[in-house]
Formats: sequence, structure tokens, C-alpha cells
Amino acid sequence: MKYALYTGCTARESTPELLKSTLTVAKELGIEIEVLNEASCCGAGHLQDFDEFLSLTINARNISLAEKRGLKLVTLCNTCQLMLENTKRKLDSNEDLKEKVNEKLSEIGYKYTGSSKIQHFLYAILEDVGLEEISKHVKRPLNLKIAPFYGCHIIRPSKTHDGDNLNENPYKPNAIENLIKILMGESIEYDSKTRCCGFHVDLQNTPLSEKLTADILIDADNNGAEAIVTPCPLCHLNLDVKQRSAAKEANKNINIPVLHLPQLLGLAFGYSKEELGLNHHIVDVNL
Amino acid sequence: MKVVLKVFRFNPENEDKPKYEKYELDLREDAVLLDALNEIKWKIDGTLSYRRSCRHGICGSCAVKLNGKNVLACKTPLKKAIEDFGEELVVEPLSNKKEKIIKDLVIDKKDFWDKNHKVKPFLIAEIDEHPKTENLIKPEEVEALEEADYCIACGCCYYACESLRENKEFLGPQALAKTYRFSADKRDNAKKERLSLVDSLGIGVWDCVKCQACIEVCPKGVDPFTKITHLHNQIFEEGIAKKNVATKHAEGFVHSIKKHGILDEGMLVLYSEGVNVIRHLPEAFSMFAKGKIKFPWNMPKSDQLEEIQKLVEISQTHELKD
Ligand code: SF4
Ligand code: SF4
Ligand code: FES
Repeated sequence: MKYALYTGCTARESTPELLKSTLTVAKELGIEIEVLNEASCCGAGHLQDFDEFLSLTINARNISLAEKRGLKLVTLCNTCQLMLENTKRKLDSNEDLKEKVNEKLSEIGYKYTGSSKIQHFLYAILEDVGLEEISKHVKRPLNLKIAPFYGCHIIRPSKTHDGDNLNENPYKPNAIENLIKILMGESIEYDSKTRCCGFHVDLQNTPLSEKLTADILIDADNNGAEAIVTPCPLCHLNLDVKQRSAAKEANKNINIPVLHLPQLLGLAFGYSKEELGLNHHIVDVNL
Repeated sequence: MKVVLKVFRFNPENEDKPKYEKYELDLREDAVLLDALNEIKWKIDGTLSYRRSCRHGICGSCAVKLNGKNVLACKTPLKKAIEDFGEELVVEPLSNKKEKIIKDLVIDKKDFWDKNHKVKPFLIAEIDEHPKTENLIKPEEVEALEEADYCIACGCCYYACESLRENKEFLGPQALAKTYRFSADKRDNAKKERLSLVDSLGIGVWDCVKCQACIEVCPKGVDPFTKITHLHNQIFEEGIAKKNVATKHAEGFVHSIKKHGILDEGMLVLYSEGVNVIRHLPEAFSMFAKGKIKFPWNMPKSDQLEEIQKLVEISQTHELKD
């Protein structure tokens, strides 16, 4: 099994632990990874606000990098996943637009065909490896109460994900809970599981972003979570790096470690803190 | 078909707090949620209050929350609901904030209507009162509105919006989609005025947190989030965008992609904020200490950067003016 990995910018910069733990876990599961080093930024949900067409051309190029290799395109970030899928759905459903985009791509020697599936690592391993096989790698049962935090762009809009997220019900998702279960942890139920962390207004409306983040942290804390786990590095930045300022905005004391999804798997597979990059976290992880 | 509903009940006139009442119903296989509510009201408890009128997904009055999802009661088959949410179906008002409840499932939608009103949801144009011919618009010009015209003002999106949860001033998905309905209409004369309103920080497009909840819930496929994206684009196209942290942030991506292929996170913040970057320093220090910051000398670049630069150059269509 081989994936073309679209790392996204965050995993190469402010969350290096995400890339590290993903590569560790992929190797353990017998997945070969080819990192797409020629990929560009996906626009992170903002480029299309400035220029919708530009966002389509650069993402069509990103997708065609996997198409050229004949591989599934696998992402590590909710927003990258949605940006790439948005492009795919638009181009696959509109021949004129696809032609316009391909006109531009041909000038740099590329062509978008629509042949590669785009899937977040979470759903890719569920689809290709499966819960049963994953459970065979567990060496150190988690024995922890964990709050699954999905983040918006991996579950909404369901029509855009169109099955790539295994038809997750956006109001009642269960992929992360299923994983936690086979890793022998306990997932807590709390309202904020499918809410928004506010990352995308961090700069222009910092208090709003901090309040949304604080709501989640408080809810997880009140429900007895010992850690939060998320498939999205942008949510991770808000929940971990901004945890202190969010707590301050809400006048609360919060101290809750936040894991990237592959780190959670890695812990249960018996990998060390270093191998999973846990030393990069702002809130100490002592689990 | 046997259906069990747990329904939110609250009469603020003589009760302190809401409660959930359980009803066991026997309904036709093809029953929708509104049939269940009617069954309760007509046969079990006449005091249950909810709004309804057309029963055809047109009037927008029957919107309620079903197991966390805002839906039109008249357009929600119970069979499908049980498939999605299991045997226990919980019906609540769109907002369960105490101060908004008029009675049971009926809420005061004043905030919603105020915002709808604020964006002037009507055509602003010089219209000849005694026209000699029809005021025609070409099919391709109507296409520009996309689905923005289908809105029935049900409020499903508004009361699901994650930004509004903590920013009461935000115009919200319905009013913004409505703005686009008119800013994209060739016959409308108030495009610039409309765009200036929604370009304002705090209330307008820049405060959307991009949670996608509005797309997910809208029963008419209006796709408010995408209309907000179009509004952003119009704001740049029409030269309405003022240089501020939000517009520079959106445009900053192009700069960064041109320079590195990938995003230079630190530079983007610096570029967007200008001197205000100082407020991020404490965070930056703690990130630095944990190896979370890249400096110009170790900033990674995409391979084949020239390709990316050329692609940006030939496909960029907008620029940020002063
Ligand atoms: S995408 Fe924006 S407008 Fe739509 S619900 Fe979320 S925050 Fe509100
Ligand atoms: S945009 Fe859709 S969900 Fe929102 S008020 Fe209009 S019809 Fe209802
Ligand atoms: S009763 Fe009119 S939309 Fe449901």
C-alpha cells in the first residue's frame, strides 16, 4: 500500500510532530509514503476569498501530482482536505471550468484528470487497513478518557466529502471513537465534539477565536477528559498553542494535553514520546 | 411505524425551566417530523406549540432542531431520521437559550429578522412605473445568482452558525447569502453600498469562521458559505477592500505561495498585522522554545518552485488595491 502524502504547510512548520508521528505510524501499519515535496500551499481556506480561480488552479496542480504517480492523495489537515476536495468536486462536475484550469496547467506541463481519490489519513487508514488490523498493533492499551475533537472541515459539508470520509454523519460522527475503542481507551461524550475552534478568524477577530476554543476546552474538561485528540493541525494550534490565552479569555484554569490523531495511535502502538514528537507541544503531555 | 419523540417543552410564563416530554406514536411509514408534531398536538396534548404553515418546504416556519441538526419538520422523513440518529429522536427549538423561547418549539427570531432587514433584502433600482416593455434579464445573468434566490428565511443556518455563537454582531449566513442575491443581480444599483456593509470587520464576511454548518443544514441548497466566498471576491474586484489585517491576510497567501510555494506562517502574520505583530510575541516565544517556528534561513520551499510561481502569475485574477 502506498500513499502520495500532501503534508500541508502546518505539518512542515508549526506542527512538525504531526508529520513525524504520521510517518512513524504509517511505517508501523505497513504503508509506504511518498511525500509530495513539489506541492504548494492549498490556500488554507483563505486564498479562495481573494481569488477563487487561482485557488482552483494551484489545487488542481496539487491533485495532479498524485494522479501522475497513480496514487491516492492523502492529507493530514482538515482544511487541506476540504480545499482539495472542493477543487475536485468543482472540476469533476464542470467540464468548462476543468478545461479553463487545464489550459493554465498545460503551460507548466500538468493536466488534471480527476483520477485520484483524496482522503484524510484518518479515513484512509480506516478504509485501507481497517480497525481489526490496526488493533493488532496495540502494545500499550491507552486506558485514558479521551475527548475526540473532529474539527469542521473533515465532517462538513457532507456533500463535498461525498463518501471520502466513509459517509460520516456530521452530527454524530464515530470514526475517532471507533479508533479510541480498539486502542483501549474510553471516549467521552460532550457537545463540543463537532464544533468549530475558530482558527480561521484568529487574526481578524482574536477574541472570537479564543472564545470558541475555550468553549471546547471547558466542555472537554468538565466531562472528565484526560486528553483531547484531533485529526486537524489547525485545531491543534488553537487547542494547544492558544490554550493559555483562550483560558485567560474565559477566566478559567485549563490544562489539558491535545494529541494529533497519529500520536494517539503511536502511543498505543508503544512508541516513545520522542518518536511521536510530543516534546513539541506547548501543553505538556504526560500520559 | 412506532416512533418515540422526546420533545422540548417550556412555557416561560409559568415555568422556571424547560423539560423534555416523551411521546410514543404510531405513524405511517412515510411520515415526516411535522406529522409527528401534529399527531401530538391533535391527539395527545393540544398545548404543544410549534410553527407551521405550508407543509411543503416553502414558508420556512417549521424549522426545529432534531438531534442537533436544524431541519424543516415538514421535509424530514422520520424513517431517515431514525436511520441517521437511532431510535431516540429529540426535538428542540432552533435555539434553546431561555430568553429566546416564546413557548416550546417557538422562538423569537427577532435577531434573525433584524439582520435580514439590515442588508436591504430587496432590489434597489430606478424602476419605470409605467414600463412599455418587460424588464428582462438574460438567463446567464440569472445564473450568476446561483442558488442564492432559493432562501426561504427558515433560520436553520443562522441558528447553526458557529461564529454567531460567540459574536452576536455577525450578520450571519442568511443575511450574507441575501446580500449576494442582490450584489450579483445586474439590475441592482446598490452593489458598492452592499459590499461596503459586508466588508466591515465584526459584522461582515471577515467574521465567518468557515465552519460549513450553513451549507450542511440549508434545506434549500442555498450554500451560504460559498456565497460569502463570492462576496469576498466581489469586494476585491470592485476595489472595496481596504488594507487591513483581514484583507492583507487573504491576499498574503499569494505572496507567500509565490515566494516559497508553501505558506510562511510567521511572515503571513507579520505581513497581515504590520506593527500589531507585537501582540503575538508571547505566543511566538513559547512556540520557538518548542521548535514550532521557522525562520527565513530554515524556511522550507516547495520543489519545482518556478512552476508554482508561473502558475500563480498566469492564473491570478484579483489584486489588493490601496
Ligand atoms: S460557514 Fe460562516 S456563515 Fe456559515 S455557519 Fe459557519 S461561520 Fe456561519
Ligand atoms: S439560507 Fe437556507 S438555511 Fe438559511 S435561512 Fe435561507 S433557506 Fe434557511
Ligand atoms: S411548514 Fe412551511 S416550510 Fe415547513
